[in-house]
Amino acid sequence: MTNLNLSDEWNGILLKLKKWARINSPWAIHYNSGSCNGCDIEILATLTPRYDAERLGVKLQGSPRHADVLICTGPVTLQSRDRLRRIYEQMPDPKFVVAVGSCAISGGVFQGCYNVVGHIDEVIPVDAYVPGCPPRPEAIIDGLVKLLTALKQGDPPPTERPTELELENYDAATI
Amino acid sequence: MTAVISPKKEKFIIPIGPQHPALKEPGHFEFAVDGEIVTEATVRLGYVHRGIEKGAEARNWTQNLYLVERICGICSHIHALTYALGVEVLAEVEVPPRAQAIRVLVAELERIHSHLLWFGVAAHEAGFDTLFMYSWRDRETIMDILEALTGNRVNYSANVLGGVKFDISDEQRKVILDGLDFLEKRTHHYLDVATSDGMFLQRTRGIGITRLQDAQRLGIVGPTARASGVMRDVRVDAPYAAYDMFPINIVVETAGDLEARFVVRLKELFESFRLVREILDNLPPGDLQAKRFPRRIKPGEVISRVEAPRGEVFYYIRSNGSDMPERVKVRTPTLCNMASVLSLAVGHHLADMPMLLVGIDPCFSCNDRGVSICSSQGEHGRWTWERLRQFGIDYYANKV
Ligand code: SF4
Repeated sequence: MTNLNLSDEWNGILLKLKKWARINSPWAIHYNSGSCNGCDIEILATLTPRYDAERLGVKLQGSPRHADVLICTGPVTLQSRDRLRRIYEQMPDPKFVVAVGSCAISGGVFQGCYNVVGHIDEVIPVDAYVPGCPPRPEAIIDGLVKLLTALKQGDPPPTERPTELELENYDAATI
Repeated sequence: MTAVISPKKEKFIIPIGPQHPALKEPGHFEFAVDGEIVTEATVRLGYVHRGIEKGAEARNWTQNLYLVERICGICSHIHALTYALGVEVLAEVEVPPRAQAIRVLVAELERIHSHLLWFGVAAHEAGFDTLFMYSWRDRETIMDILEALTGNRVNYSANVLGGVKFDISDEQRKVILDGLDFLEKRTHHYLDVATSDGMFLQRTRGIGITRLQDAQRLGIVGPTARASGVMRDVRVDAPYAAYDMFPINIVVETAGDLEARFVVRLKELFESFRLVREILDNLPPGDLQAKRFPRRIKPGEVISRVEAPRGEVFYYIRSNGSDMPERVKVRTPTLCNMASVLSLAVGHHLADMPMLLVGIDPCFSCNDRGVSICSSQGEHGRWTWERLRQFGIDYYANKV
């Protein structure tokens, strides 16, 4: 949007508008990079009538290109690592990542398994962590709300992307 | 959805996954289509392969109970149960009957939750989101019961080696019975919807017919096989835990289409309700755990089979006398059933693919284990056992 050559004033209004939309209706995408399904069914349960995250405007949808929030579950396996990174890169800026479950945070029980690269924030930057194995739906909602509150207060959690060089080194070190 | 045209063969290939709205879990499918009709289907699995079987060799017997429980979050109890049953045979430990009955109780409660979950997801794939929401709302009843019993909604860790962790109090008993009454009513309704709703039937009746011979040839297991008339259920064929005390009746249908799979699974729910009530009424008295469980298990090997909600789970466990298993091999039902999806896909509409896939109730996290695939294109990408083993040895040698 910055290349529209708008005046500063209009840019400011536009930014406010975008922030308002983002906070009130974050669209989420879910990717399972190696989880046991436990976290995934709890995420799905979060969207169903008992917990109903949609009342907070959260909508789960299919394409990374429409998403604001990436909800990741599970440790990152060797096979899904590149996919995870690709999905992350396909999302438009600004984007936020929520890591759900012990596995996503630390590798959980799968630490040390040969096909497990590690936890999510070894691959992409993470903004909010929801612990539990699996976290209850309430906890997932809480994590999302915390993220949104932080956004509202105007201090979006730092999302520092790894540089290309870091990514390359990372590849070389792990394969 | 992106589409790729391969210039050589003039085939239109539609890749789906690993991240796709129609898939809840990562798997990669490629469908070659002629217009709307699928002419070829291939699958690539392994996105969630974590190396659990190898990991199990580096953990002791008790730790592994928690590891195998996390092979699959939907049938977590089943995995822990299969493993525990096997290890108990190896260690020659007698499990008290009360513990076995409670294990079966939790297994059946888990089957109820799993089938309701599946029913919702299948309805969602059929475009019937209302039904999805209803069945997931009702499923919360069973989640509450499981949570009250075990303390967790998923991954209950009800088992210990040699028994179970908890007893069932009278209050819990009442909560369970109330919950089941409610669910039974709802399940009647669902059965009614699945067999009479015109729109729904258009997506299920006569779609994906698997004949009895095909089901046997492809080695299909579980409700998917029973919907094609295969009388196969480990709970009846080789009763484990307390299934000899509390026998079940096999539910079979003969039509073999998607509708039959709905009917089989929903009718199995009634079996589960009946069984849970029966267990609650006749819970054998006694201890919850065996007195003592050895830390090291003497050398030996064992096969353990259990009927999971999706079909037969198979464990092979070998001990070399230490406190860790030497080998744990797991075979899960989705892998057996995957072949049926690919063979069925040909000739169906592309729009039916999600339905065909959920028809087997796939669970990728169970599914993604090491398999040796004999590729029709020769040796490409195929690893021999020796090569794999050497890779593993080198990997761990370099790591330390
Ligand atoms: S945190 Fe627990 S429930 Fe979630 S993916 Fe990991 S093992 Fe499964």
